[in-house]
Amino acid sequence: MATSAQRLGHKDHFINRIGLTVVYAGELLRHRAYTRFLHWMYGIFFFLALVSGFGIYMPWIFRWFTPLFGGGAMTRLLHPWFGLGFVFFFGLQVLNWAMEMKWGPADTRWMHELKDYVTNRNQVEPPDVGFFNAGQKLQFWEIVVGCIAYVITGVIMWFPEVFGRWPIAVSYVIHDISALIMLAGIFVHIYLSTIGEPGTMQAMTRGTVSEAWAWTHHPAWYKKVTGRDPRQALEEARRSPTATFPPGPR
Amino acid sequence: MSDRKTLQVQKISGHPGPVPGAGTQRQEQVCKLIDTTTCIGCKACEVACVEWNDMPFQPTMFDNTYQTMPDTNWNYWNLIKFNEVSNEDGSFQWLMRKHQCMHCADPGCLAACPADGAIVQYENGIVDFEEENCIGCQFCVSGCPFNVPKFNQSTKKVYKCTLCSDRVGQGLEPACIKACPTGCLHFGTKTDMLVLANTRAKQLQDHAGFKDAGVYDPQTIGGTSVIYVLHDANNPEKYGGLPKNPRIPLAFTLWKSWFKPIGLVASMMAFAGVILHYVTEGPRRIQPQPPVKEIDGGAARKEN
Repeated sequence: MATSAQRLGHKDHFINRIGLTVVYAGELLRHRAYTRFLHWMYGIFFFLALVSGFGIYMPWIFRWFTPLFGGGAMTRLLHPWFGLGFVFFFGLQVLNWAMEMKWGPADTRWMHELKDYVTNRNQVEPPDVGFFNAGQKLQFWEIVVGCIAYVITGVIMWFPEVFGRWPIAVSYVIHDISALIMLAGIFVHIYLSTIGEPGTMQAMTRGTVSEAWAWTHHPAWYKKVTGRDPRQALEEARRSPTATFPPGPR
Repeated sequence: MSDRKTLQVQKISGHPGPVPGAGTQRQEQVCKLIDTTTCIGCKACEVACVEWNDMPFQPTMFDNTYQTMPDTNWNYWNLIKFNEVSNEDGSFQWLMRKHQCMHCADPGCLAACPADGAIVQYENGIVDFEEENCIGCQFCVSGCPFNVPKFNQSTKKVYKCTLCSDRVGQGLEPACIKACPTGCLHFGTKTDMLVLANTRAKQLQDHAGFKDAGVYDPQTIGGTSVIYVLHDANNPEKYGGLPKNPRIPLAFTLWKSWFKPIGLVASMMAFAGVILHYVTEGPRRIQPQPPVKEIDGGAARKEN
């Protein structure tokens, strides 16, 4: 059984010894404890920053967000720190995932077949889809770019006495645009990790996925970690006389 | 606050819904007229401002001019700017301009402010900060074309000239007007002050040789409740950075009032989109799935 530690090629790194991931029969290790920890840390900071930010973004709709943080002044005081928390933990995830997120020819092909993905025309992902598909990579790099924009424009707005009048007006717009893109992104992210693709959520909770999930959504990764052909494994499961349709949620 | 009882509000920053009590009482638009041609730089207005508003005194700073300090401060709202200007014809002018909040008809600070009720504009034109509602974001500083709002690092609030809204609400003139010994400061309705200012500008043109004398009441921000008579209305910049065409950044007008709500709706379309996807296309399930049930010889589900 391959692990993500082997994938990254530095098995003995202390980070890989943090936490516990139990992999049951018929499952594969998807995200080790450190990755999951980072994900939920920046997840928490994302929503703190999002909610506090939207309280300031459009107070005439979202004024009821600010009392959650102790009033408008406190919201204003905390929002930059929430943002920095998000960027810090996401930055660690970038170091963790940078190799996995490298764009390849398979990803360009995937983007051309995006319509088939959205309409469920191909119920099984193309065989060259690895640990992440192109959609996931696109969102990841969007967040990287967004974080850079957030930090630059955020610091400018944090210290207006240093930067002056017009840089702040420009930063204000860029910061908003970045927030709107990520707001749209979070809906897609939550949908695809829960009801949109059943069986995915456990990858970020328990850290494992079923083998069937792997050959369905990430065939090339399945092949890499099990050494078996994903299409063949799927056909075998289909023909299996015991008719064991994959365990877990459908 | 005492002024709340007498001054009717017409605009409130970051406020949902209509302005309570708007239009219940007709109020004249008030105006302060500053005739820079008769200012002698005595700074009585500066002292009166600090005294009336009971502000802790700010250490002065010598900057090779007669100016009390380089710029206004959170507790120093009124500053005479001294400018030595050499003209092209070889003449020399020592220009003094009383600098304070201009109380714009279209206030950039109010447009930029995201805190409900932190900035209000009264029916009489006075723009006032309500510090108890201020969240300390300083967007008003960026929104203001005159660099007026000043931040206090310890209270995390922004302060500026109130045009003595507390005095005006009680039928008194602002403290600076009261203190001026030369009659360079006038206070009254906007209509009256404009007539007075134009008369004075005409007098300067006809009898004092200032051909370019005029009134400063910039229309790019809808006019102001503080107007100047200048010797040279074509070059207000030489009076210590008075902008000729003051502008509010588009970020706080076009972006904030139009594109922000549109952007929010566009973002929420993603939410609608995923719901629609679930309903029309359904989830992407782990394969293999149980065979699809057949109804009337055809698949119950869309066959792709």
